[in-house]
Amino acid sequence: MIGIYLTAAVIISGLLFFNRNRQVNRLLVTLFILVQWAFTIYEYYHKGITELGYFKPDALAILLLTTLSIITIPALFHSYEYIYPEKENPKTRSIYFAAMTILIAAIGAAYLSNHIAVTWIFIEITTLSASALIFHRRNSGSLEATWKYIFVCSISLTFVFIGILFLSIALGHSGEQGLYFDALMDQAANLNTFWFKLAFVFIFVGFTAKLGLVPMYTAGIDAKDKAPTPAAALFSSVLMNVGFVGIFRIYVGVAHSSIHGWANNVIMIAAFLSIFIATVYVLKVKNIKRMLAYSSIEHMGLVMLGLAAGGIGYYAVVLHVILHAFAKSALFFQIGQVYNIYKSKNLYYLGSYFKYNLPGAIIILIAFICITAMPPSGLFISEFYIFTALFKGGYLFILIPILILLTLIIWAMGKNFLKLLFTPPVNFDESKIEKVSQLETFSQFILLGLVIYLGINPPAVFVDLINEAVKNLIF
Amino acid sequence: MINVLLITFVITLLYIAIANRLLTYVKILAFQGILLFGVAFIELLEINPINLAFILLETIIVKTIAIPVFLTYVIKKNKITREAEPFVPNFVSLIIVTAIIIATFLISNSIADTHLNKIYFVVALVALFSGLYIIISRKKIITHVIAYVIIENGVFILSLAVGTEMPMLVNLGILLDIFVSVFLLGIFINKVGDVVKDIDITQLSNLKD
Repeated sequence: MIGIYLTAAVIISGLLFFNRNRQVNRLLVTLFILVQWAFTIYEYYHKGITELGYFKPDALAILLLTTLSIITIPALFHSYEYIYPEKENPKTRSIYFAAMTILIAAIGAAYLSNHIAVTWIFIEITTLSASALIFHRRNSGSLEATWKYIFVCSISLTFVFIGILFLSIALGHSGEQGLYFDALMDQAANLNTFWFKLAFVFIFVGFTAKLGLVPMYTAGIDAKDKAPTPAAALFSSVLMNVGFVGIFRIYVGVAHSSIHGWANNVIMIAAFLSIFIATVYVLKVKNIKRMLAYSSIEHMGLVMLGLAAGGIGYYAVVLHVILHAFAKSALFFQIGQVYNIYKSKNLYYLGSYFKYNLPGAIIILIAFICITAMPPSGLFISEFYIFTALFKGGYLFILIPILILLTLIIWAMGKNFLKLLFTPPVNFDESKIEKVSQLETFSQFILLGLVIYLGINPPAVFVDLINEAVKNLIF
Repeated sequence: MINVLLITFVITLLYIAIANRLLTYVKILAFQGILLFGVAFIELLEINPINLAFILLETIIVKTIAIPVFLTYVIKKNKITREAEPFVPNFVSLIIVTAIIIATFLISNSIADTHLNKIYFVVALVALFSGLYIIISRKKIITHVIAYVIIENGVFILSLAVGTEMPMLVNLGILLDIFVSVFLLGIFINKVGDVVKDIDITQLSNLKD
């Protein structure tokens, strides 16, 4: 099925690229969503069966693939409203949608891949298609963001490749077999420690470009700021999960070897620095989209802390990644509406949102509660588990600074969001407000509803899948 | 013979540290391509002939001819000034690259692994770190791309070290190479030239907090 899926995605993307008609474009996009969902459902019922030699839909892949398919629907349909209706021209539109389908398909394939080199290839493809999306507006700002994104991502992917080479040296004569993630897990204990450590560091550093951690987080920030909002929603949710998948799968291998404790320290340092940097910038930024991008860095830092802490942290990590994807994409979609009303992303010019767009303002309020992990948000549950894991693991010296930093982040985000909602804006001409379609808000309500529902009352099948995804780490 | 080629490769890196003109950089890249051709030919002689031919063609066509020709074309088309314009004096660059070489050499001495030829490891890491150093110490975007190609060459050397056991990884490295050279150079440098007239990183530093 994955062969059919990838072929279909490439064909649809090609047709989207050459087609200039708006109606046909909509038809093709709908077709792609149907293919995406058919693929997701098929993989759910064929869990654990290897396809084409390199792809194996395990529990983690299915969870993230479902997340991707859910976010895909609003991301694609809302694109019609967000990509500057007044400036729309058929050429940029067709490039946009072609890149979008390729991006989504590559993300899906990267989730399912069971071979580190194949994961790497698909992550290269996400870089390619993402940069086409960032360059969408074709002005100097988007040019700069695209250039930085391509350059930093290329260097990071080179790092991953060097890591793969070191891993193959560590595997020695056991050969290519060990580059499969599940084979790596079995052989991890016998690997040469020196090369395995080197491989882990390089692969980790490389994937941080996608995950958004120190040291390679910079590229993603500009990209999320400059890309059209639906694309930015994908970048800060499902595309970050690609980096997570890469690190998680290699970490499963590491956990079975003697370098486990050392790797935990590396991850923890990177995660702590990420949260620290995110705090500093969230306190400082004036651009609301960049603020959300930094908030993603904070969340991914928490995820990595949970991974390093172990125990119940593993369960919390997978839950957190999924819920964060829903919450952050909903928030980005809403920021698209905010931009349509105020024509600005600078917090100085935003305000009194309740007056201009009531459903949108309610979304912002709920999303604020969700993203800062206050109850009833599901992220509260996962963060609570992560903190429990840190506490039980004896990492108090790291837990206390983290809690202080998170408090600062909540304060800064609260200040900015409440300003957007209640304080009157500066120099705002009310007469030119565009009417926003209420249908868009509907999808955001569903996404935020999922965040709360999956956290408070998770269905049994969801819990089972998460437990199965982390079963290799608990032994 | 391989040792001679690889040591020459390291010497080209020292030369890049003190080179002044962009065209010198490009010529060094072409020369590195020839060196890599030699190394790949000697090292991978035993693997499948079709695969070997593919790898050798890549080193000659892409690394030695296509990338340098294209870089020259971009430099001419965008009328980029000939100087590389480093932030630091050349003498300091020379010392830093030398320090990188010595440090890598010392690190490699601590490795107790018999089945890896250490010289590959040393040369690859030297290329990686001097490439990163050149990226942070030069001003023009085009020099960043050149430094990236140097890093790629280092990665190629490292992949040759495991090439006889896993030719697939060498092919993957080539995939990375072609992907980046087509994409980074072909599409993007042209675009940068269209939007921003004189290509200089100072013009690409508006996005910040």
